[in-house]
Parts: sequence; C-alpha cells; structure tokens
Amino acid sequence: MAHMTPTPVLDPSQDQTMVLNMGPQHPSTHGVLRLLLEVDGETIVRIMPDIGYLHTGIEKTCEAKFYQQVVPMTDRIDYLCPMTNNLAYCLAVEKLLGMEIPPRGQWLRVLLNELTRINSHLVWLGTHAMDIGAMTVFLYCFREREDVLRLFEAVAGQRMMTSYFRIGGVSMEPPLGWFDRVKNFLTRFPGNIDEYENLLTNNPIFVNRLKDVAYISAEDAIGLCATGPTLRASGVDVDLRRDQPYTGYENFKFNVPTSTKGDVYARYMVRVAELRESQKIAMQALEGMPEGPSKADAPKVVLPDREKMKTQMEALIYHFKIVTEGFVVPEGEVYMPIESPRGEMGYYVVSDGTAKPYRVHMRSPSFANLQTLRKMCEGRLIADVVAAIGSIDIVLGDCDR
Amino acid sequence: MALEPAITDVEQLKDRPEVAALLANHGTAVSAAKFDRNELTIWVDRIALRQACQTLKSDPKLQYNALADLTCVDFYPREPRFEVVYQLFSTVTKKYLRLKVRLSGDDANIDSLTPIWPGANFFEREVFDLFGVRFDEHPNLTRIMMPNDWEGHPLRKDYPVEGYR
Repeated sequence: MAHMTPTPVLDPSQDQTMVLNMGPQHPSTHGVLRLLLEVDGETIVRIMPDIGYLHTGIEKTCEAKFYQQVVPMTDRIDYLCPMTNNLAYCLAVEKLLGMEIPPRGQWLRVLLNELTRINSHLVWLGTHAMDIGAMTVFLYCFREREDVLRLFEAVAGQRMMTSYFRIGGVSMEPPLGWFDRVKNFLTRFPGNIDEYENLLTNNPIFVNRLKDVAYISAEDAIGLCATGPTLRASGVDVDLRRDQPYTGYENFKFNVPTSTKGDVYARYMVRVAELRESQKIAMQALEGMPEGPSKADAPKVVLPDREKMKTQMEALIYHFKIVTEGFVVPEGEVYMPIESPRGEMGYYVVSDGTAKPYRVHMRSPSFANLQTLRKMCEGRLIADVVAAIGSIDIVLGDCDR
Repeated sequence: MALEPAITDVEQLKDRPEVAALLANHGTAVSAAKFDRNELTIWVDRIALRQACQTLKSDPKLQYNALADLTCVDFYPREPRFEVVYQLFSTVTKKYLRLKVRLSGDDANIDSLTPIWPGANFFEREVFDLFGVRFDEHPNLTRIMMPNDWEGHPLRKDYPVEGYR
C-alpha cells in the first residue's frame, strides 16, 4: 500500500521532470486514490495510480462466513450500488444451487437494480460536474438521489447498506404504497434529467473541458479490461443485461447507448442516456410487476416468514438450522458477471460442498477501469486528470475491496 | 431448474469450438475440460498458457479478445496447490470461457498475460500480492493491496483469517 512507497524527490541541480503527489486526500479523486504524476511543466509524462488504502480483505472474510452471511459484506464493496453487488452474489450462489426465482422476485430485482443505477449515476453526475466547476448540478442530483435513498430505506430499512436481495429472492415484500411512491418518482425523473442536461450538455465551459479530452480507442479500452460506460463510449457495444440476460432482463425493452468518440464528453453522454434507459426499464418493471411470491420455495435455503415461524413447527426448525448451520451448496464453481453502473461486476464463487464458500472473488469494475487512466492522461495536462478520473467513475471501495 | 451433472470428459467436449481449437493447436497442453452449469472450463499447462490465449484471441470464429477476470484459488494442502483462473470474454460473440492453470506450491510461476492484454497488469499484481504467485515478464510485479513490507500472502488457506497476532 501507498504509505510505504516514497515519493521520488526532485533533484534541483538537473533539468528534469517533477513528480507530483495527488491524493489520497484530494477531493476530486472520489475516495482515497493516490496518483503519482510525473510532470514536465504542466504536461503529464507518466501517471502511476497507487491503490489499496481501503483494502479490508473482504474476500478472505467471506471464506469464514456462511453463504447467507456474505450478502451484507457485498454491500460494503461498492457503497454507491449495493443492490448490484447483492444481486451478483445472490445470482452466483443461486446458480450453484440450481435455484429458480419466481417472476415477482425477478421483477423486483430488476426494478431495484435500475433504481440503484440511477442512484449511482446521479452521484457520478453530481461529483463529476462539481469537479469541472458546475456546483448547481451537484445539489440537483443529490436532491433526486435523496428520493431514491428514501425508497431504499422504505423497502430495506437502510439507505445505503441495503442487503435487500437474499439468496432465493428478496428479504421481504415492499411496504404498502411503496410502488406508488416509485411511480411518482419515475414519472417526474425524465424532467429532472432535462434539468441537468439544460445546465451541462450545451454549456460551453463544460463542453470545452470535456470534448476531445482523455481519449481512449476501442482497442485500447478492450486491452485494458475496461467495461461498462467507459467501454461503450469508445464504440464497443457490450451490455451484459442484453448480451447475457440475468434475473429476467430478457423481458425488458431498452437501448444500449454507445458513442464512438471515446472522450470524456462521450462518456458523459452515454451515462446520461443510460439514466433515461434505466428510468424506462424501471417503469416497465413497475407496470408489469407480476403477482405471486417473491421468494423461491426452498425452505432449506430461504428463511421462513415470521408469521409461519410462529405457527408451523417445520418453519421454526428450518429457521434454526439455516441460522446456526447454514445450508450446503453443491460442489462447483461459477462466474456470474452482471452489468453494474460502472461496468462488469463479476462474482467468482467456488463451493467445496460445505455451508461456507471456499472462495469468493469479486471482479470489480473500478479496479479494472482504473488502468485506462494511464492511456487517457499521458501527454495531456494536469487539469485533464480530474476530468478523466470523474469520467471513469471509480469507487475506491470497489477498487480495493 | 435442476442441476445437470457436469461433463468432465474431454472426448465428449471435443466438438466445442474452444476445446477443438486448443486441441488442434496445443494438443498436449489441454489437460482437462469441464462443462458445468452452462460454463465451460479448460485446464491448460502453464507452458502453453500464453499461446493458448493468443490462439483463442486470434481465431476468427472464437475471438476471445478481452480478459474479463483473473484470479487464483488455493487448494492447500492439496498439490498442485494453486489454480490460476482466467475468464475470457468475447466482445463479438459475447461468450465467456474459463481457462485454468494448476501450479504447485514450491514453484508458483507463470507467464504474465500483459503482452496480450495490458489490463492483466493489476489483476496479476493482486494475485501476486494475496497468493504469492509470480508472473514472469510482468512490467511491475509489486504489492498492490497490502503494504510493501507486509509478510505473507493473506488469501492463502494457511494464512489465518484473523491474521497473525
């Protein structure tokens, strides 16, 4: 980790490049990212990201927990899109178990997953615009984000660390009147996006800072393992929701916004277009929400309802056994990639046939996308680094795990 | 959806284009294959790994042009102890493929994939940091998560979860 890496010192007797330390407390690095910039005047010669400040050893901790106990750990990786992480992990374990989720559970997952995407993109838009100097957008974005967080709170009891998706479905039915609140939010949200776009899209200051800045070609982006909007803005049309449908995404109609420009402005346009698509998907999920159970009928894996525990002996026994002994997952391994707001979030889970995962590996999009920074920034100005970091949309918790 | 039994016989998987391509080009290097839960896994020898990836990348029918993930699993005390796991992805056919390489504990060395995918850089550093697997020809094989003076490799199975106290 970084605090051990000494910052190279400038030798004043020679005409040479200088090493500039940026972070880990720099506000525009969106967390604790440290960048070592080798600069020649104001031009960047080399950029060395230094990560690991938030490493908490979550992958190791997972190996000591029961399968269901890992779900709350997954929230804490990427605190801007907890539901996406819940979903990826739950889908991986469900695939290991060979378990199928009833339609209502799937639709609820899609709905909340898209709300999570809106939440995450709003934070990105607000902070990115603020980095460039547009303060107002930040306040507007956080106003709508607050609405989304209230919806999360109503459904999961938590604003950020939701743990709402469980292995076998969702933790409980949404409360009465919740769907109306979601509908209310989704109905006015397109107007809010217009509001942000009014302030930014044709704003000459914003456009000048973003256009043709931090370009990356499609070939480089693929080679550097970039995924998500960072890749799509370079013209590679990959979206796992459409290409490898999971949790019922094959039933929804949506476009995958792409751009061939590959600069910061293209990434901005792609994400804003994604906000609109997410609103459409969430609306479809809301209108087509099927009736029926939201949890799989698997008493040995899914915790029983409170009401059943009080009236049925079996339910009580299963509850006791799941909580004290966990449940056994058949031997095998799966890699479950899903499209998180930042890119490909993959969970590689290995089971050895016991109640605890043998290995849980999280392939986090921020970690991989961060590598593109070098290609984007070298040969450009220091001020462009701030725009570039904002455009990759990294979350350091996701990066360091 | 009931679980179907895994197919672990290379003979039965021969007609899959990925297995066929690897068998045709590096016949002796394919040590095993498995099709389980709709996911195809191929074990290759470490000497042939880089060539195998190159084959899968350049084959016009397969076009596995992206490295989606790279990690490692420790099966201590079994030998060979490590399995390095590569998830390949094709942005053209949108398919995934898993490659695996077995490495013994006292000789955990493998070719780096950075010449093919520069993005393997961080992933390989992470595996080096947390498992102690070395990647030859890596441009900057240093610790990435743990402090530079850390002792041991935390994700190994003989490393206690609470750490050494």
